[in-house]
Amino acid sequence: MIREPFVNEASPFQRLDPRLRILMATAFAFVMALSDRFSALVPGIVASIILIGFSGLQVRNVLKRLMLVNGFILFLWLVVPVTFPGAPLFDLGPLTATREGVLVSARIAIKCNAILLSFIALVAVSPVATLGAALARMGIPEKIVFLLLMSYRYIFVMETEYQRLARSAAVRGFRPSTSIHTYRTFAYLIGMLFVRASARAERVYMAMLCRGFSGRFHCMQEFSFSRKDGIWAGCMTIALFGLGILEWMG
Amino acid sequence: MDGLSSIIELEHICFGYDAGPPVLDDLSFLLGEGEKAGLIGYNGSGKTTLLHVIMGLLTPSRGTIRVLGKKIETKKDFLEVRRTIGLVFQNADDQLFSPTVLEDVAFGPLNLGKSPKEARTMAMETLERLNLEGFENRITHRLSGGEKKLVSLATVLVMQPKALLLDEPTTGLDEDARTRITSLLNDLDISMVIVSHEYDFLAGTVQRVYSMKDGRIQFDGEAEILHVHVHRHPVIEHRHSREGEQGKSHSR
Repeated sequence: MIREPFVNEASPFQRLDPRLRILMATAFAFVMALSDRFSALVPGIVASIILIGFSGLQVRNVLKRLMLVNGFILFLWLVVPVTFPGAPLFDLGPLTATREGVLVSARIAIKCNAILLSFIALVAVSPVATLGAALARMGIPEKIVFLLLMSYRYIFVMETEYQRLARSAAVRGFRPSTSIHTYRTFAYLIGMLFVRASARAERVYMAMLCRGFSGRFHCMQEFSFSRKDGIWAGCMTIALFGLGILEWMG
Repeated sequence: MDGLSSIIELEHICFGYDAGPPVLDDLSFLLGEGEKAGLIGYNGSGKTTLLHVIMGLLTPSRGTIRVLGKKIETKKDFLEVRRTIGLVFQNADDQLFSPTVLEDVAFGPLNLGKSPKEARTMAMETLERLNLEGFENRITHRLSGGEKKLVSLATVLVMQPKALLLDEPTTGLDEDARTRITSLLNDLDISMVIVSHEYDFLAGTVQRVYSMKDGRIQFDGEAEILHVHVHRHPVIEHRHSREGEQGKSHSR
C-alpha cells in the first residue's frame, strides 16, 4: 500500500500556512541547487537538519527515506570520481580517482540530501489534499493541481486493481521467472491495467458530468497567513539570504 | 399513474453501441412524481445504459426523452436534467474523485455556481442528514465500501435533485450498510429508479418493479406481491414461472 509516512498532525509545521512551506522549501531547493561552495552547502544541510529537528518527525523514518535516495547517489560515487577529469587523488587498479571528481560527488550528495530533508520537514508533513489546495491558492493552474490530486486519488485504486490481477495470476500457479511466459504475463497484466484505467477515467468523467461539471474546477480550502507564519517567513528568508551571501561573497 | 405528473418520460428509445445489436429497442417508460420504481434484469440487459441515456451521457439513435414534461434535445437541456436528476454510480470509486469527503460533496454545489462558503454549508448539512457527521475530512479512498456508498449518495443529494437514479446501490455491501441505505432511501421524499438484483432490497424500498428484457421495460407488479412470490420459489424458477403469468399482469 502506498502511504504518506510523514503526514504528522502533531508537527508544528502543520500549523503554518502550507503555501509558505511550499514556497520556502522551493526557494531553499533553488538556493542549494545553484550553490557550489562548501561554505554555503554545509550550512545548508545543517539548516535542513535543524528543520527536521523542528518538524517532530521520527528520525528513524526520515533516515529510512534518505537511505532510499542515497542508494542512487552511491552509483554516482562509483562512477563520477573515476571519470571526472582533474588532479589525480588515488589509484583503483586501472582507474584513477580525481580530486575534482570526489568534490563534485560530495556536492551532489549534500545538495540532494539537503533538498530532500527540507521537503520532508516542510512539505511532506501535510496530506496531498492540503498541498493541492495550497498550490491552487498559490496561482498554480487548476488543471495541473487537479492532475496531481486525481493521480493521488486513483493511484490507490490502480494499486488495488493491480494486486487483484497479480493475485488472480498467483492463485493459478504463476511464478515469475526469466521466461517468455513471464514477460507475456506481465505484459498482459500491465495492458489490462491500462484498459481498466481508461475505462475508469471515462466513468469518473461521466460521474463528474452528472454533477454539473463544466470544465472548471473550484477550490474550497481557504488559508490564512498568521503572525506566526510571518515570523517563520522572516527567519527562513534571512537564512536563505545568509546562504546566498556565503555562496556568492564567501 | 393518473393524476400524477411525470418526472421522466421515455418514448420509443433506441440505442446500440456501435456495430453491436441494439441494447435499448423501442423502449418506453414513465416515472411519476413521488414514484419509487425498481428495475431488474439480467447482466447486460441494458439497465446501466438506460440510466446513462436518461442523464444524456449516451445519445439514443431514436426516441424522445421528457423530464418534468419538457422535451430534452440539446446539450444545454441535459445540463438542466443533471440538476433535476441525480445518478448514483454502481462503483463508488467512479463517483468519489476528490481527496476528501467534504470536497467531493461540495463539488456539485460549486458547479452550480455556489460560493465556497455556501457549498461547504450545503455539504455539511447533507452529511449531517445522512448521519455522516465527522466524515468531512476523511480521505475518500480510505473509506469502507458502505461508507463510500453513503458518501456517493451525499454527493448527489446535496444538489437537491427531484429524482434519483441508483445503479445497484447494494452490490458488495454487508447487511448493516444495506439496512442503512434502505432506511435512508425510505426517508427520502423524491422519485427514484433503483436498479438491483435483490428482490428483498427492492421490496423494502420501492412500490413497483419493472424488468428489462430484449431492450424493453415491462411492468412486473407491485413490489410487495413479487416479494411474497419470490419467497415461495427460488429466483430462477420464479423467472420461468413468470412467463406464464405475463398475460395476467398485462391485462391489469
